[in-house]
Amino acid sequence: MRVKVGGEEEEIVAKVEEISGQNIMLCYQCGQCSASCPMADYMDLIPSRVMKMLQLGMVDDVFKANTMWICATCLKCSVMCPKDIDVAAVMEALRQIVLRRNEEYLSLGKISKDRIEELPQIALIASARKMTP
Amino acid sequence: MVGGVGRKEDRKTAYDAGMMKIAYYPGCTLKTTARSFEKSVIASYRVLGIEYIELEKWTCCGTYFSLAKDDLVHHIASIRNLIRVKEAGYDRVVAPCSMCYNTLKMANEEVRNDEEKAYRINSFMDEEEDYRGDVEVLHPFDLLREVGMDRVRGAVKKPLEGLKVMPYYGCMLVRPEIAALGKGELPGIMEDLIKALGGVPVYTPYNIECCGSYHVVSNPDFVMARARDIAKKAVMEGAEVIITSCPLCHYNLDRMQLEAKRKWKDFKEIPAIYFSQLMAIAFGLGKKDIALDGNYVDPRPLFEAKGLV
Repeated sequence: MRVKVGGEEEEIVAKVEEISGQNIMLCYQCGQCSASCPMADYMDLIPSRVMKMLQLGMVDDVFKANTMWICATCLKCSVMCPKDIDVAAVMEALRQIVLRRNEEYLSLGKISKDRIEELPQIALIASARKMTP
Repeated sequence: MVGGVGRKEDRKTAYDAGMMKIAYYPGCTLKTTARSFEKSVIASYRVLGIEYIELEKWTCCGTYFSLAKDDLVHHIASIRNLIRVKEAGYDRVVAPCSMCYNTLKMANEEVRNDEEKAYRINSFMDEEEDYRGDVEVLHPFDLLREVGMDRVRGAVKKPLEGLKVMPYYGCMLVRPEIAALGKGELPGIMEDLIKALGGVPVYTPYNIECCGSYHVVSNPDFVMARARDIAKKAVMEGAEVIITSCPLCHYNLDRMQLEAKRKWKDFKEIPAIYFSQLMAIAFGLGKKDIALDGNYVDPRPLFEAKGLV
């Protein structure tokens, strides 16, 4: 049973479920996603906590945290989840909600010309895909 | 066209004749920062009787398969490239870059397994014929399985003499399962290749872990710490060199070790090269085909000391 929070929060959580195709309520907080996440050390909220907060409708705190941007889409969480939740897709949905408001996390214009020339294209294009509208 | 067709018997004839042709999708990075990968993979597979025929027309694959279920437009680039494969008369394509391989294969599976999405994608594309997922996306490792390790062993002119090699798969060759090279966590193909070349595979806790990926653009410090952890475990387990098939993993492991060395003085570097460069070395190919000159952590002293190059 979903904790009734009503209003906008409920709508945003529904949107996350729609874009990711995942049922957030399936998460029972085993923590496998956070334990296997290579980036968890750098996150404001570990992935399992993001799942819990989404269940509770705490979307403002989730969007304030850097977690979705620090996720590197390595898919480790998704293969580790015993409930078969594609946690990486949930992170993608969170990013998409922000990016579809035409807000960017990364400003490619601020990267120096030297670095742009040195970096592999796949790094630049992947960053643009994940962090810019 | 020999080898361009999907029938197993025809492929066998092509292999027996010594030249199996396959459509080759390079992707952006093999043409720029990963030129050593392109040179060595084409040359080493030619030794195995596999000719890579580059597609005349190709574009970026999109780099990352979009996980958003309502985001079909980002699969279009991949699908168009697969249509180019058909237009060129092939029904199989090889993509050596791990990220291209994963993205093309995932988009292909999406079209194969979801009729509604396939319909919407096809309706969106005006100029192309409808695509039904009838091209097979392969990684060079799939081709190694196809030719068999006996052929690889037969091509070795300079056995690696027990060289200890860490096979670094990264993420894109092993996750998710639908795009993975094999069932289960470890595909094992790189280990088999290393053994066939006369080397010894080294198991570390990081062989199928993430290198930090595209964060090298926005958060290079995270990736530097990742590169340090991976290199450190490789050295601790006795590895002398790391091999990979992803130009982004390669850049992260190779380039970021320099940064790690600057930050942690006692850090010990280990060269990272493409698996195809290791093949080219063991097959006794020329310096141009091995292409060891573009690395940040120079692998040449290691191979020169062993008399392999």
